[in-house]
Amino acid sequence: MIDGTIAVAFAAAAVRVGTPLGIAAIGETVVERSGVINLGIEGAMLAGAFGAAAGAAEGGVVVGVAAGVVAGLIVAALFAAIAVGARVDQIIAGTAMTLGATGLTGLFAQRVWGTTGAGLSLPTLQTVRLPLLGSIPFVGPMLFRQSVLTYAGYLIIPIATWLLFHTRFGLELRACGEAPTAAASAGVRVARTRTIATLLGGACAGLAGVSLVLAQVGTFTERMTGGRGFIAIAIVALGGWHPRGVAAAALLFGGATALQYMFQAVGSRVPYQLFVALPYLLALAVLAVAVGRRRGPAALGQPH
Amino acid sequence: MSIAAPMRAGARDLAHVAGAFGLGVVLLSAFLAIAGFHVAPALSALWNGAFGSWDNFTSAALVRATPLVILGLAFTLGSKAGTLNIGMEGQFAAGAIGTTWAGLHLGGVPPVLAVAVALAGGLIAGAAWVALPVILRMKLGVSEVITTLLLNFVGVAAVSYAVTGPLQEPSRIYPQSALIAPAARLPHLAAGSRLHLGFIFAIIIAGLLSLLLKQTAWGFRIRSVGAGPRAALIIGRMPVATIAATALLWSGALAGFGGAVEVTGVSYALYQNLSPGYGFTAIAVALLGRLQPTFVLVAGVLFGALEAGAAAMQRDAGIPAVAVQVVEAVVIITVLLTARRRA
Repeated sequence: MIDGTIAVAFAAAAVRVGTPLGIAAIGETVVERSGVINLGIEGAMLAGAFGAAAGAAEGGVVVGVAAGVVAGLIVAALFAAIAVGARVDQIIAGTAMTLGATGLTGLFAQRVWGTTGAGLSLPTLQTVRLPLLGSIPFVGPMLFRQSVLTYAGYLIIPIATWLLFHTRFGLELRACGEAPTAAASAGVRVARTRTIATLLGGACAGLAGVSLVLAQVGTFTERMTGGRGFIAIAIVALGGWHPRGVAAAALLFGGATALQYMFQAVGSRVPYQLFVALPYLLALAVLAVAVGRRRGPAALGQPH
Repeated sequence: MSIAAPMRAGARDLAHVAGAFGLGVVLLSAFLAIAGFHVAPALSALWNGAFGSWDNFTSAALVRATPLVILGLAFTLGSKAGTLNIGMEGQFAAGAIGTTWAGLHLGGVPPVLAVAVALAGGLIAGAAWVALPVILRMKLGVSEVITTLLLNFVGVAAVSYAVTGPLQEPSRIYPQSALIAPAARLPHLAAGSRLHLGFIFAIIIAGLLSLLLKQTAWGFRIRSVGAGPRAALIIGRMPVATIAATALLWSGALAGFGGAVEVTGVSYALYQNLSPGYGFTAIAVALLGRLQPTFVLVAGVLFGALEAGAAAMQRDAGIPAVAVQVVEAVVIITVLLTARRRA
């Protein structure tokens, strides 16, 4: 049953499903490298998804993308104000952000589109086949017949790598994550740097929500992110806090999730809940095996 | 972690709590207005659902407060030792599965024994659900925040599997279990009321936890480890990792007990969505109670009232119950900010 066509379809689905995870996780990598852990990216992603749906319904795809990114930014700005500005516990602050975003998007979604999202018909992003690259066997349909948001995801990998490791700002940002007091003594404005990092992460989380709505699901429903933001945080640790590793980890999770669709289509006798749980179990296994000995930024989660 | 720092509760805190709640409701009203809902009937439904009558208060608000108090105490116990148990939703689900499984096999057993076994099933299942994060934290230094969080989703999938597979009711039509043995159900506190013995358990646990933390050597160690692990290790020569792990394990067990009480006291069966997010709301409850068991009890009752009101708001005014999470978020943030200012 597993022939070439299914393998290609599976690989393409893994990339499509992995795209929002990867975009959110690379954004969170930048955030965590600055010493901030933002559990609110689940909420920022949900806000991004809502913004994308609302924007696309009103003004088309481009407006949807912009609205989603702005919505993610708003949630991240609130988080930065209380977690970086007022230096409260980051974990709890992030949990509160996610709660608030879940409540607000649920409230407005029901008002605008009804309980199931059935009242919503959205213009969605079509797959774009890249010239030449799209014709490569296997790799072409897997990587280069995707939506523009996946291509944006590809671009974010080198951009984040360059920002973190090849700019002065990146050096200062990583210093804030490793030794904020020393960084401050050296003249780095820690709060400002961490705020910028958090906003970048929020924009990415918003874009991840956009990709979920406009390139994958095609509608908005209450709590539709279903923990993808939290998985993105696990992916950051799994990827070793480096954009390239994080992107690879996101693809792995995209694959684990896509497996679920494939087995459902094939009609396997294995309970489907096992496939629902698989990405989370995989995250746990990987945290245990890969992360135990690998350390994140030394000052991660510590207010300064 | 700053939230593990000792905090004193007093009359001024009540003002803060009332203020945080008030602010939350004001903001919710504003968002309701922006969304185009009628605010007055919504707030009226919210109030009546919680405090409209003695029966609403006991049968709705206090019944919903029960799991929130127990889970809030579970979070408190973990936090006092410097751990953050974000996985109570999953442990609650595991506890519900354990209790349902036990409760289905307890026909013919004397009532007191049946209840004890059913509740123990939930306690053990909750502890088992948190065991992996505990081991990963102790042996490999993996933060419990992410591991417990991830297991929430596995717990939800496990319930979904249980009610469509091994624990599904005999006719195999509905995604739920059969009813547990009558002997394994908790008695109601008054005829005609839905308030059950579990609420008394919640009060007792709050009292015991308060005593444990303040009066016993184990409690002192937990607070020391939470307040300053390095000092506890170097000056106090305490096995810091073990103390924190034990507290986290009991936190998970208590959260599992919360699921056990919900099944034996309210649902009598396992369903999907047994918890409307109690595991997360309870974090707000614990923080609002400033991690003081007696205050957590009061905060749990307030949030139980809010949840009962939210259900009424959805039923009577057509507003999604999820909207009250806005109030919860505002309360958490307000409490965090005011606690910081006084520290």
